[in-house]
Amino acid sequence: MSATDLLLVPTGQPDERLPTAGAGPTNFGWWGMVLFIAVEATLFALLLASYFYVRFRSGPVWPPDGIEDPKLALVLVMSAVLWSSSLPVHLAHSAIKRGHVGAMRVCLALGFVLGAAFLALQCAVEYPDILRHEFTPRTNAYGSMFFTITGLHGAHVLVGLLMNAWTQLRARQGAFDRHRHVTVQNFVLYWHFVDIVWVFVLATLYLSPRL
Amino acid sequence: MATVTTDGVATAQALEEAWHETPGLGSFLTTVDHKRIGKRYLYTGLLFLVVGGVESLVMRIQLAHLNLRVVDPETYNQLFSMHGVTMMFLFATPVLSGFGNYLVPLMIGARDMAFPRLNAFGYWVFLAAGVFLYGSFVVHQMPDAGWFNYTPLSDSVYTAGPNIDFYALGLIFVGISTTAGSINFIVTILKMRAPGMSLNRMPIFVWGELAMALTVVFALPALTLANVLLELERRAGFHFFAPARGGQPLLWQHLFWIFGHPEVYLVVLPALGIASAIIPTFCRRSMVGYTYIVLAEMAIALIGFGVWVHHMFATGLPTIGLGFISLTSFLVVIPSGVQIFAWLATMWAGKPVLRTPMLFVIGFIILFVIGGLSGPMLAAVPLDQQVTDTYFVVAHFHYVLVGGAMFPIFAGIYFWAPKMTGRLLSERWGKISFWLMFVGFNALFFPMHILGLRGQPRRTYTYQAGLGWDFLNLLETIGAFVLALGILVTFVNWMWSSRRGEPAGHDPWQGDSLEWATTSPPAEYNFENIPTVRSREPMWDQPELGPNGQPPEAGGRGLGGGHTTLVTSLLEADPEVVAPMPHESPWPLLLTVALAAVFVGLLIRSWAFWAVASVVALGCVAGWFWPRGETQET
Repeated sequence: MSATDLLLVPTGQPDERLPTAGAGPTNFGWWGMVLFIAVEATLFALLLASYFYVRFRSGPVWPPDGIEDPKLALVLVMSAVLWSSSLPVHLAHSAIKRGHVGAMRVCLALGFVLGAAFLALQCAVEYPDILRHEFTPRTNAYGSMFFTITGLHGAHVLVGLLMNAWTQLRARQGAFDRHRHVTVQNFVLYWHFVDIVWVFVLATLYLSPRL
Repeated sequence: MATVTTDGVATAQALEEAWHETPGLGSFLTTVDHKRIGKRYLYTGLLFLVVGGVESLVMRIQLAHLNLRVVDPETYNQLFSMHGVTMMFLFATPVLSGFGNYLVPLMIGARDMAFPRLNAFGYWVFLAAGVFLYGSFVVHQMPDAGWFNYTPLSDSVYTAGPNIDFYALGLIFVGISTTAGSINFIVTILKMRAPGMSLNRMPIFVWGELAMALTVVFALPALTLANVLLELERRAGFHFFAPARGGQPLLWQHLFWIFGHPEVYLVVLPALGIASAIIPTFCRRSMVGYTYIVLAEMAIALIGFGVWVHHMFATGLPTIGLGFISLTSFLVVIPSGVQIFAWLATMWAGKPVLRTPMLFVIGFIILFVIGGLSGPMLAAVPLDQQVTDTYFVVAHFHYVLVGGAMFPIFAGIYFWAPKMTGRLLSERWGKISFWLMFVGFNALFFPMHILGLRGQPRRTYTYQAGLGWDFLNLLETIGAFVLALGILVTFVNWMWSSRRGEPAGHDPWQGDSLEWATTSPPAEYNFENIPTVRSREPMWDQPELGPNGQPPEAGGRGLGGGHTTLVTSLLEADPEVVAPMPHESPWPLLLTVALAAVFVGLLIRSWAFWAVASVVALGCVAGWFWPRGETQET
């Protein structure tokens, strides 16, 4: 980034002028998001550890009580939809770093659609099917764990969608340029985090029972 | 920003204009000044000390003699549960956050915390969560399963009333405050240190706050998760802990103590930092082994994550696991010992001056060593299995927590209250208070070692005749009242001295760190010029530092007197950018009120109320981030 088109503030030391805070690690907001993600990542790590704790303390058969292994077809489609959303979101970030607000908004919208599609498939197709034919959160600890973990992740997707919409709104108001866009950057960080968490959720809940 | 000067030199008048908060109800509710917020944390936390203290006095009256019925057994259960919850979550943590809030920006030469509005939010949430938890007192349904709230006792089968829901929801709520505060501390400490204050020149107190904040980030989610799972089990019929449908009762204990043991250290770490701030000042020499003390603090924070199972030695876990955890528990002795020997060496090599703050610190060292001796005893599995759930354990953790945190807190009050009020506390009454507290504390807690070894169980509302426990229990009760009297003397001393005390001046103790390079009390903007630091003890080595910071000729930066602060690099603290700071805001308080309504909705299971409150809370978040004219979008 070239410093010439940033507002430079005299500090009081002779000939010293410093830029005002832009995006990236010189911005408190970036640090705040990184630490928030650390908190959330710890939460998920503990929750997945709890799943394995319950599983290994349970009997030899997992899932228990005659529940079948999780079905993979739908969830692999869902995963592809969710992970593919990271691409437009990444491109949105690259676009605003070059100052292309229009391109950023298109990419954000695409990311929103893919994230919403994941959530819709989960809530409107996967959950009803499982609840009707297999188990509910009240069936046993396995069911409770399944719905708590996927539900918590889904809640994070929802928060990500709200942040996406907020970023879109602020972009419409002309809030961002190539130097000032920590809001975009924070959304991008958060969204990638939510996608990465899904790798672990998928591996734990859907793949590990088949091992 | 009209008053910003072109050469960047700040005038007090410009800063005054930019930073002033008009006194009155408006700014009382909207302030983002870290000093006002810090004092609020202190006062509110000390109020909860009184509440938790009264609870313990009632318990001590009940136990003064055998077979008394001052309170019934059910009330006694509620008292010891809320005593623990109050002292850990509503007294110790917030008061140490209060010191941190007030002092960290001053010690590192910043104009505020990194997130001033989040700071205000943290305080309001803490207050609201405290009120929420004590709402259970109003309806006579206080949590009654102990502060660690083991399942299955805390399941809806065995505790059907809302007692445990107050506990679980209240602790999730207060956790929001602690997490927000910790993120704020970390960013402030890493990115806002005055130019030249590289990490290896940072005051040890600030290291202590950093260690505490990092511990919170990685430990607190375990408590939040445990309580979320518990509420899902109690309220929604999920199965995590009850064994009937595949739950695991010990899962609660694991999650609780994965948080709970770091929690103990996150109370002690900043308190150790207070001791390390006071000792060099009153020994008139720099701290012996700065690097080792810092490494020891960090090591304690780290090892704290690997010892949680020592709270579960009596649960029948595999022996190999117990052996491992026993080993890590013994390991804690090493970094703790490093700190104690560094303090002793500093005193040995210096000329200790026994003013009240120093007296409290010496008292702390003695009590912490006694608690440190019973610690390794409990780390040995065979002994622990013998004395678990007896008063021996109660004696141990009160020595390390009351001795290790409350005595430093009182030292901190005598040391820093002059900075906050501009007036010194009375030395005479300070010393009287110390001796009352020290004698009362030992009379209260030392006999518990003996009673514990003789088998008196903790958490039991009375005891029978003929066991030989009567005299020591009476002595403990007398000690409790002497301790309470000592605490009261300090409160009265503080209140009286803040009006009538001797004026302190900007640096009454000839301290070594930057909080003494500003007026007492400091101006709203802290420093007219942000100093450049060239030493680990800037106040001793840089004579140009005065009550207004450092003049521009000597390296001070006024940033033109705007509503801004300096952002510096993480390791070396080189100036990077100038950050505009947010002004007063009503949103932290409004968001807190909305969140409180969300938690009340969950408690009373009114889903309509809950939904409305949640939407309002989201609206408050939007209002918070909605741009206002003066702050630039970033």
